Amino acid sequence: MSEWWTYRLEDFLLFSPRVYWRMFELHNAAFWPLHLLTLAAGLAIVLLVLRRPRRHGLWVALILAALFAFVGWSFLWSRYAAINWAIAYVAPAFGLQALLLAIGAAARGGLAFDRQDMAGRLGLLIMAIGLVAYPLVAPLFGRPWASAEVFGIAPDPTAITTLGMLLAAHGGLTPLLFPIPLLWLLLSGLTLHTMGDPQAWLPLLAAGATVAALVLRRIAG
Amino acid sequence: MIITRRTFVKAAAASAAAFVLPEAAPGAPPAPAMRAVPSSGERLPAVGLGTWITFNVGDDPVLRDECADVIAAFFEAGGRMIDSSPMYGSSQPVIGYGLERLGRPEALFSAEKVWTSSDGPEQIEQSRRFWGVPRFDLVQVHNLVGWETHLETLFAMKADGRIRYVGITTSEGRQHDLFEQIMRAHPLDFVQLTYNVVDREAEERLLPLAAERGMAVIVNRPFRQSALTRRLEGETLPDWAAEIGAGTWAQFILKFILSHPAVTVAIPATTRVDHVRENLMAATGPLPDAALRERMAAYVRDL
Repeated sequence: MSEWWTYRLEDFLLFSPRVYWRMFELHNAAFWPLHLLTLAAGLAIVLLVLRRPRRHGLWVALILAALFAFVGWSFLWSRYAAINWAIAYVAPAFGLQALLLAIGAAARGGLAFDRQDMAGRLGLLIMAIGLVAYPLVAPLFGRPWASAEVFGIAPDPTAITTLGMLLAAHGGLTPLLFPIPLLWLLLSGLTLHTMGDPQAWLPLLAAGATVAALVLRRIAG
Repeated sequence: MIITRRTFVKAAAASAAAFVLPEAAPGAPPAPAMRAVPSSGERLPAVGLGTWITFNVGDDPVLRDECADVIAAFFEAGGRMIDSSPMYGSSQPVIGYGLERLGRPEALFSAEKVWTSSDGPEQIEQSRRFWGVPRFDLVQVHNLVGWETHLETLFAMKADGRIRYVGITTSEGRQHDLFEQIMRAHPLDFVQLTYNVVDREAEERLLPLAAERGMAVIVNRPFRQSALTRRLEGETLPDWAAEIGAGTWAQFILKFILSHPAVTVAIPATTRVDHVRENLMAATGPLPDAALRERMAAYVRDL
């Protein structure tokens, strides 16, 4: 198609903010009380990362792989793609991320969580934001609790928590696990920005902080 | 070609026969003005219903019912043309839901689009199933995507009686050169483009060409996807807007659009029942003449 330069971001927004946020309300209502289980899974990931019992990397990666597959199927493919046809092309990326996490967990060396540097500690903070702070964002921005985005149910907190976990990890396949959550947060942030939603800076900030931590680690290392 | 007072008056006189205010039943709101499709003489209400963004509500049952209410109010107020596209997310099945809930209104004039670089007939058939109609009245090539192949398909479908009219679309002033070339080379029934009180590029070539070639014109994005009405909502409507019966900025803008003699139907989109009624009311009562049109444009420009 010619004249691409005449298009603005708004031209690619197919839905209204009201429809977007009601989608989370409907999704939450459909899966409640599964949120308690996914939050418990998130807490389990934090404990595994902090205490590092035997085969902890395997369990962390498998839990995240299951949640990525679930969010990709239940939210992106089955719900969001109905109002945004482009998401039908994005949802498989969540499946790919699940596969990469599973492979990463099973691969020789797997994932280990012994990063004690500044980036690793920032990773733990980002994990906490994705798990604990993100569900609070809805009421803070004047939306009902029913539209809260919860780890393991909604894509943004799932991607943010995963990036935090990855910053605290090392292992042969770790670099392959960053791109999909980072690109998702970029897409989500741009979507919210185009909707004129002040929450847009949250996913963009999480992605930016992750990239900055990786750059700093590279410089320091 | 810039529209002048002389060409405007001439074209307005020529189209007067095609623009008749029907009589309303006693007590009922006035019926919208009707305009003729030049290629057939079929008459359509001058305000239709767009579905870009507003009808893309997914599987949300509450919002689906709200859209069905808008469709119901649209038909009650005398509307006929509903326009959509495969590009509009879930808008097509939402229209189908609304039509089903209303018992498949006979007044419907279904305007769809084909928007794919691959299998046009398959996409049109899928769209038809979403709407739940036996056939579309009009199928347009959306934003000229794959236009050569699709026009061939659409003219063949028209010849077979599987659709009634063929058209092409563009929006926001894009691809006007190619659009004009296609208008000159093919016997289109409809063209769809963006035109309003601030986006007037179509007046230069496309609207006069549509009149010359006998093509009906559908005007999309009359409110610049609500940005225009949002910008104007804090401003005072001029006193002289009452002369043409414009009680709101939306009616002010629609009356400007409909007063161009080449325009057949404007298709504002809305999620609100009161707005759909207000929009159809814009197609009743007097319309501005050439002098008042310029005054309207200048007023908005100077705000």
